[in-house]
Amino acid sequence: MADMKALYQEVIMDHNKKPRNFGKLSPATHHAEGHNPLCGDHISVSLNLEGDKVEAIAFEGEACAVCKSSASMMTVAVKGKTRLEAEALTQDFLAMATGKMDMNEPNNMGRLAVFAGVRDLPTRVKCAILPWHTLHAAFSSVTEVSTEAEADPMHAPMGSD
Amino acid sequence: MNAPTFKSSPLDIERIRADFPILKLKVNDKPLVYLDNAASSQMPQQVIERIQRYQTTQHANIHRAVHYLSETATHEYEIARRTLQKFINAKEDREIIFTSGTTEAINLVMHGYGRKFIKAGDEIILTTLEHHSNIVPWQMLCEETGAKIRVVPINDAGELILEEYEALFNERTKFVGVVHISNALGTINPVKQMIAFAHARGVPVLVDGAQAAPHLKVDVQDLDCDFYAYSGHKLCGPTGIGMLYGKARHLEAMQPYKGGGDMILSVTFEKTTYNTIPFKFEAGTPPIMAAIALGAAIDYLNSIGMDRIAAHEQALLEYATAQINDMPGVRIIGTAKHKASVISFAIDGVHPHDIGSLLNQEGVAVRTGHHCAQPVMQRYRVPATSRASFAFYNTMAEVDALIAGIRTVQQVFA
Repeated sequence: MADMKALYQEVIMDHNKKPRNFGKLSPATHHAEGHNPLCGDHISVSLNLEGDKVEAIAFEGEACAVCKSSASMMTVAVKGKTRLEAEALTQDFLAMATGKMDMNEPNNMGRLAVFAGVRDLPTRVKCAILPWHTLHAAFSSVTEVSTEAEADPMHAPMGSD
Repeated sequence: MNAPTFKSSPLDIERIRADFPILKLKVNDKPLVYLDNAASSQMPQQVIERIQRYQTTQHANIHRAVHYLSETATHEYEIARRTLQKFINAKEDREIIFTSGTTEAINLVMHGYGRKFIKAGDEIILTTLEHHSNIVPWQMLCEETGAKIRVVPINDAGELILEEYEALFNERTKFVGVVHISNALGTINPVKQMIAFAHARGVPVLVDGAQAAPHLKVDVQDLDCDFYAYSGHKLCGPTGIGMLYGKARHLEAMQPYKGGGDMILSVTFEKTTYNTIPFKFEAGTPPIMAAIALGAAIDYLNSIGMDRIAAHEQALLEYATAQINDMPGVRIIGTAKHKASVISFAIDGVHPHDIGSLLNQEGVAVRTGHHCAQPVMQRYRVPATSRASFAFYNTMAEVDALIAGIRTVQQVFA
């Protein structure tokens, strides 16, 4: 079982309280909205591509600490990267969060590795991956995504009562 | 069965807890503090053993063959039905229909009663406090028939506004659906009074008792409700079983909900004659083991006594409410005068899902989310809450663990 308290203490103290790149880019070349119907959370990601490079990126929205911190750290991680690099990082993050990455092997997650623990908490995986799904949607010029979409690897029906 | 009997009040909690093997679990190296009883309660050893005895010595299909096991299983299944009948003081055992749970029971009434008797322009009264399972079936009916739903509002405390309820009635009102106890807020609704008002206007009433049956003594004849529904897994029984009570004259007038075996008297391709109630509504092989286990769960609850269960849970509620009210930055949502042992709460600046994960880290299980009652959440303008719900096997020390957990959450987010 992941030590959620440690995760919280590490990311909450930092990114939840002082989210980086928080806000909206205007104008933006790419933009998407992401929703998590399970908890009503939603975030938006806007970015400016200069050529193939993420020149600027920002996010905003109402979300839990896991989602907000993941979004904040995502913007830091992909800023300055090419679209291809950012998409590759997205795939790696999704693999890590859903438990498909062997964390004992070398990887390029860096500080993002604090989110590896959510793989043990299926209901929280969605919180961590929502920003990355939204980033992917923004690149693809899909304007809205949902963690309930078919593409969501952790798709599960909502609980009762 | 060998359910222990408890003669002295208050409850001998340690002895009761010893009946529940799962309560010995550790979660994250901390003793499990299970406070998600409104979603599902845990099962005592007596019920687990009853399931084993049935499966090892009594199982066969029911109402069919003449051999020993079939007769035994049929007998035990019908004994369970009578246990359920007595539990809510129904007049006759044929007024008890086994369903898969509250949701199926309400869907049965919608299909069996609603589709036969509710027409375009008719109105169905529901309340803001309803669980989705007492909203969505009626919306489906309205879509099909052109009937309309009218909704009883609540005040800031989470209580139904009865004047508004009464003002909703008119000559088009054909049905009322009301939850006995709100799963999201714990409000105990004045259903007896509401039923009397509806009956004075010739309108039948369905009561969703999913949260009430486990926590207080239900008497359907005293309430005079037309329909009552609950789920077995919320009162120490297994999932996949529940009950619909209906007054015999309604059940007889209703159309079957599912077609199949056991619900017929005779079948030809020209004409099928339906079986009498309750069998008319129990098509196919039912969850026999689950029904018998639910009977055993009710025997267990009766051995403790519903009045004593209610009193203990009320004490837990009062203790927890007082403690939380003393905590700065924590707000209880739902402060009705009459409440069951459910506390929905919010912590300033902390998302409910973060609360749930951090409490889980301390071994404390609460529910976070909209509790399948989104209209309630909309009323309080919150997307979700955290909810602690107590059962008779919870202790004051577990309330303390919840309070300590909330403090930990506040420290992490400080």
